[in-house]
Amino acid sequence: MTAAATGLRGRNYARNYWPFLLPAGVVVLAVIIFPWLFTLYMSVHEFKVGGDFTFIGLDNYLRLTTDDRFLWSVVRTLYFTALSVVLPVVLGVAAAVTFHKKFPMRGIARTIFILPMMATPVAVALVWTMTFHPQLGVLNYLLTSVGIPPSQWTYDSVSVIPTLVMVETWQWTPLVMLIVLGGLASLPIDPYEAATLDGASGWDMFRHITVPLVWPHIIVATVIRTIDALKAFDLIFVISGGGPGTSSETMNLFLYLQAFSFYNMGYAAAVTVVFFIIILLVSLLLFSARQQKQWQ
Amino acid sequence: MAIRLGAMRKGKLLGNIGFGLAVVALISPAILFFLWMLSLSLKNEVDNMAFPPVFIPNPPVLDNFIQVFEKNDFLTYTLNSIFVSFGATGLALLLGVPAGFGIAKAQAAKAAAVIMIARVTPGLSYLIPLFLIFQWLEMTGTLWPLLITHLVITVPIVVWVMIGFFEGLPQELEEAALVDGATIWQAFLYVALPLARPGIVVAMILAFIFSWNNFIFGVVLAGRETRTLPVAVYNVISFEQISWGPLAAAALLVTAPVLLLTLLMQKEIVHGLTAGGVKGG
Repeated sequence: MTAAATGLRGRNYARNYWPFLLPAGVVVLAVIIFPWLFTLYMSVHEFKVGGDFTFIGLDNYLRLTTDDRFLWSVVRTLYFTALSVVLPVVLGVAAAVTFHKKFPMRGIARTIFILPMMATPVAVALVWTMTFHPQLGVLNYLLTSVGIPPSQWTYDSVSVIPTLVMVETWQWTPLVMLIVLGGLASLPIDPYEAATLDGASGWDMFRHITVPLVWPHIIVATVIRTIDALKAFDLIFVISGGGPGTSSETMNLFLYLQAFSFYNMGYAAAVTVVFFIIILLVSLLLFSARQQKQWQ
Repeated sequence: MAIRLGAMRKGKLLGNIGFGLAVVALISPAILFFLWMLSLSLKNEVDNMAFPPVFIPNPPVLDNFIQVFEKNDFLTYTLNSIFVSFGATGLALLLGVPAGFGIAKAQAAKAAAVIMIARVTPGLSYLIPLFLIFQWLEMTGTLWPLLITHLVITVPIVVWVMIGFFEGLPQELEEAALVDGATIWQAFLYVALPLARPGIVVAMILAFIFSWNNFIFGVVLAGRETRTLPVAVYNVISFEQISWGPLAAAALLVTAPVLLLTLLMQKEIVHGLTAGGVKGG
């Protein structure tokens, strides 16, 4: 068979693959695309459960710009996200470098390390809540027994977000580790051999060879972590419920309250749209950072 | 020379000890947390409320676990979770495996992008419209709304993992089958599918775990009788039993299947997660 004929056949095959996509496409349309369109529709209407849709144009969006509770939730979300990205990424890279080395019982150690991200979030959140109890919690006992003053953890409006970040870091560092570990596994060994011959130290090799080579993986991990931290819900909802007061009420919590406690569906739909745009912007920003780095 | 070798050996030994300590430091937050969970669940109420805390249950008691089953409809919630997670995973495999194959073969980047949007969107944003629709269709109070919304988690995971797997398969076998007169459907069913079995296992495990763990859909959509385990442990057990022992026991029971699955299938799970950074909700 000639090359041209093969090419033609290949193209025809490509066209014939759409039936494979059809069933999944119908479902994606029903549970992903249609909800999105409906959300856009709702966001320009005044609507409460049981009532009628009243078209109000962009009023819901304008209302958001003057809603202090919403604006503060955005600030809190960004604060929570910044911390919940930096800590897991730094620790995750360190963990990946450690687990990349061969050592006895590496498999079981790595499995234990990833257990926090696989465990049911609600279940671990409930147990964390018990450890934060100011009088009876085990964490304050451990702190005071090594001479550190006890903390109010989630019972204080200043320490609540750092405490939630600690749990988020505990839970999601493993995902960063796994993604970076995937990058390390595909590294060539030649640069390391050359550097060793030149007498480079371990730290030098890490900084000048490992980090630049796995940089794309670190960026991917950072983007994924950012998206997940912006969307964080289970941990915050169960551990602090947005409190004390509203001091840990992030956008997702605000959205939940508007939609399913106050039943302001139209307003909540507008929050959803703004929320999604923020997530998209942040991810694009991070991806363009990756492009620039590669370009250099 | 001998002295230098000795010094080097000593340096290496110190390095190994340092490395060992680093490994211990990395895994101890996970180990200590789950041990504490176990400890809480095996202690009686007096020991759980003691200060300074009692670390090792003495003697360990199963009262908390018995109480979880006696005082709650734990069996119903378990069956709900099994129905929803198995259903959503099974359906996702039926739909997602062929879709992953189609996207990989036709190199349909746009279809892949739609799947990616599902990964980026917060789970709550699907719930507002779907909640209203399920109300209008009078489906609330059944498990179907939960099963359907869980597809939002499971279908993208399956498609995403399968695209990667089908792209990695050698083309030649399928092409040979096609040249021999097989239809694309036959090539998929008899050539590509058997080769992709490891990928299907990975997709299945991940989809199941993230569906099992999902909380947010259940919190909004589940009624009194249709709660899945994570919702039940939060809603019912945490409010009716403020005591820590039964609550820790229930939490442990909810997450135990997932932890066991992770320990047993760690190779597949690590492979799947390394490839795509999959996570639901």
